Amino acid sequence: MSYLEYNVKTVPAGLRKILYINWPIVVLLTAIASIGFLMLTSVAGGNMSRWAEPQMERFVAGLVVMFIVAMVPIWFWRNVAGLAYGASLMLLVVVELFGDVGMGAQRWIDLGFIRLQPSELTKITLVMILAAYYDWLDVKKVSHPFWVAIPLLLILLPTALVLVQPDLGTAILLVAGGGIVMFVAGVSWWYFAVVVGAAVGLVSAVFSSRGTPWQLIKDYQFRRIDTFLDPSQDPLGAGYHITQSTIALGSGGWTGRGFMQGTQSRLNFLPEKHTDFIFTTLAEEFGFIGSISLLTLYGLVLFFCIVAALQNRDRFSSILILGIGAAFFLYFAVNMSMVMGLAPVVGVPLPLVSYGGSAMLVLLAAFGLVQSAHVHRPRQR
Amino acid sequence: MKQTPKNLELSARIISRRSLVLGGVQLAFLGMLGLRMRQLQVEEAEQYRLLAEENRINMRLIPPARGVIFDRNGIPIAENAQNYRIVIVREDAGDVDEIVARLRALIDIDEVELERSLREMSRRSPFVPVTLADRLSWEDFSRVAVNAPALPGITPEVGLSRHYPMGEDFAHVVGYVGPVSDYDLSRIEDPDPLFQIPKFQIGKLGVEARDEEILRGKAGTRRIEVNAAGRVMRELGRDEGIPGADLQLTLDYRLQNFSKARLAGESAASVVMDVETGDILSICSSPSYDPNLFVRGISGPDYRALTENKYRPLADKTVQGTYPPGSTYKMIPALAALQDGKITPQETVWCPGYYQLGNRRFHCWKRGGHGHVNLNRSIVESCDVYYYDVAQRVGIDRISEVARDLGMGTRHELPMSGIAEGLAPTRQWKEVRRGEPWQQGDTLNSAIGQGFTLASPLQLAVMSARIASGRAVAPRLVKSVDGVEQAPPEAPPLSINPQFLALIRKAMHDTSNSRSGTAYRSRIVEVGMEMAGKTGTSQVRNITAAERARGVSSNADLPWERRDHALFVCFAPSDKPKYACALVVEHGGGGSAAAAPLARDILLFALYGEVPPLTAYPADQRERIGTLLSELDLMAPIVPGPGRSRA
Repeated sequence: MSYLEYNVKTVPAGLRKILYINWPIVVLLTAIASIGFLMLTSVAGGNMSRWAEPQMERFVAGLVVMFIVAMVPIWFWRNVAGLAYGASLMLLVVVELFGDVGMGAQRWIDLGFIRLQPSELTKITLVMILAAYYDWLDVKKVSHPFWVAIPLLLILLPTALVLVQPDLGTAILLVAGGGIVMFVAGVSWWYFAVVVGAAVGLVSAVFSSRGTPWQLIKDYQFRRIDTFLDPSQDPLGAGYHITQSTIALGSGGWTGRGFMQGTQSRLNFLPEKHTDFIFTTLAEEFGFIGSISLLTLYGLVLFFCIVAALQNRDRFSSILILGIGAAFFLYFAVNMSMVMGLAPVVGVPLPLVSYGGSAMLVLLAAFGLVQSAHVHRPRQR
Repeated sequence: MKQTPKNLELSARIISRRSLVLGGVQLAFLGMLGLRMRQLQVEEAEQYRLLAEENRINMRLIPPARGVIFDRNGIPIAENAQNYRIVIVREDAGDVDEIVARLRALIDIDEVELERSLREMSRRSPFVPVTLADRLSWEDFSRVAVNAPALPGITPEVGLSRHYPMGEDFAHVVGYVGPVSDYDLSRIEDPDPLFQIPKFQIGKLGVEARDEEILRGKAGTRRIEVNAAGRVMRELGRDEGIPGADLQLTLDYRLQNFSKARLAGESAASVVMDVETGDILSICSSPSYDPNLFVRGISGPDYRALTENKYRPLADKTVQGTYPPGSTYKMIPALAALQDGKITPQETVWCPGYYQLGNRRFHCWKRGGHGHVNLNRSIVESCDVYYYDVAQRVGIDRISEVARDLGMGTRHELPMSGIAEGLAPTRQWKEVRRGEPWQQGDTLNSAIGQGFTLASPLQLAVMSARIASGRAVAPRLVKSVDGVEQAPPEAPPLSINPQFLALIRKAMHDTSNSRSGTAYRSRIVEVGMEMAGKTGTSQVRNITAAERARGVSSNADLPWERRDHALFVCFAPSDKPKYACALVVEHGGGGSAAAAPLARDILLFALYGEVPPLTAYPADQRERIGTLLSELDLMAPIVPGPGRSRA
């Protein structure tokens, strides 16, 4: 056990905790979400009630969840990390067996009031269990092969479950997110070099499996990769997304075409314009200034997370904050790379901006953990 | 495992170092994303803007042809007519006022419509095409087409628009289509991309609305390359979409037309049903309106004229209207009592003209009373006192149970708008809905089809058909979808002893065929085609004791809104029933005088399939009816030509 317990007296109690919340992060998240509301109104042709209003309701609900999570002491969250991880694994299995099939992949559990996406939940519980693991593990042993194998197993188990759904985007995020947690916990550089090497091997294996009976990924995923490598070969077919989204981005110019004036997003029927491709609308309508502003807001969230992690002298808290920050980073980095033609099209939403309830709720709950770690951090007497 | 202070020191060092590395990597990635943005949006912006604007690849939707609606003979009731229109794209036109002025030199454009188009144009993005003029003649259309080079941004287009060749005849049942409204969009969960097409038409009412999914079809797409002027440079690909499926209804266009003509001048409704299959052959609400007006967008004065008409042309009285069924309901308590053994057919009840319940008197319509009344006489002469007595014995819950078996108080699922449920009241219903206990007086009123009891003409027709066939026939309106014949719904035998049903049929036969019957004047004399029926007159007001003392004022003295509703239910031929009919004349007065003659004519038309010969009528009425029938405003029968009918 870390030394948190005997410094408890210095931790703020009761409603006073609200004063110790990391407010800059709250303000930044709200600003990002507001950009989302604006864009959702725009892609609905000015109709607020279609997407923007439900999104606002969910954001407010998410903020409430965030504050509730923040009020609960961080040591409670550390103690339930294993439980949360186990529960999300079980949900992944359940969704595999009974889930609704949406967009060609089994991803949802319908709870009536919310459609839960267990793979979203897993991204956070994975970070929690890894942080708890490294909090418990003797710091000197982190690079010992046996103690490296355990977290690897913890990462690969949900990854495998997500891959069979099949949801390549989430699988990548899980591996990358877990890897980053291992990295900040201090696992030797050498392991990462080996993994990168293995990844290269895996990619070549995936490609050589094409057309064989043991094909590792689905045909549509192959087509997306082909398209990424050469979008121009089929501008109206599979390459349509990327060609059209880069045109949309580029045509925005410095200042954009103005709110609700984007032609690409409206006339060309960009698919999923309110979810994965919403960034193109922002870029087209508000130009370079709009898109760089959003990027800056995301960057500032990361900055405040790293500062909070450095301030915090509890090992679990620091690793957790960095891990959640990294998950957030991976979300928007992958989404933006995808719409800008830097990465293949994998279904990853733009955090807090894309339309979608369960992703937003889980993300805000995760930031609740960051807040809890911040509020309950050990202080000098 | 407890971390030693030394370990903690180490941990803090590692985390600090690694988080700075992580932050650095993240910053580098952000920088890369920023650079990519700069590259796309600043350095190559011009190139992409050109791509987006001057050589943009567009997807245009091709609206599918809407399914045609046919009558049972394959005659189109709702079809697609060619529609010539002019659309304008604001950003291609440049100076809109100038272009419109030039256009108006060529053709007439309605001032109001133009105003509307200009407003729509300012509301929408500059690249969205907006309709300037609709329903042009071929001459106007070709004049614009020839002058197209002088009219940038203007495109003459040929589209399909809904047309109802029978006009008023089918307005209530088939309904109409209209342009998608914001209200429609807000109501629909996942709007079809087709709705983005300006003035795309969807069903708003009736079959058009209820079977919208079947009729609409799937959008086709056209991928085209267009230049800066909006001109289509080439077509890159085409996907034709799927036209909507055709519907064939069970309705007969001639019977429908005859019904409308026969009901003309009254506020009335009639329904004709096949007693075996449940096919609805005609379902007519009078007065009606022209649905084509709504397709075009009805003008204010026209619409006000419809809403202010006291005969309520917009309401569909056949399924939306519910009326106290009055004496047409009496077969129900009679069947309930027979089935439960509460009466025998021969047993008589003494009718002195009223029924005493505690200190309240319930009156029979015949002040002097009917004397000794048995089952047959109670229906033939429509004695109220008989039913007061019978209802007391059976109880309301059982009566309403039989009523529901015969199709009352339940919603019959037809693809029509606003189908009413009617009401076959029960004790529980009153306690729940009114919060008051059921009174014995309520039972008496309900048994003669007054009080809480409510039925739509459709339900009355279903009741007649069920009595006539002895089966629980369900009404149906759709005969075939996309050429595939639909099986008629199951019609299991009723849970009522067939012997009792035969007794009731006999009594209904006598009602219009024996001298004392209330519908004797509306009999059919053609052998083998005799009609069985039941009259009904339902009060829409309470008769006070003082009024009764003065003598109940006759309907003719009352203002129209306070007169009684006239009802008639019937089927024919009475020995081998084929068609059932229910007819309601709102505030028409007595059922035997106002409703029965109309129902007889409509039923005869259904039996003969054309205007009935005068030999079917009693000799003394032939001359009058001959004149009446010849003066009706009927359409000429259509000879189905090749290609006209697709169903």
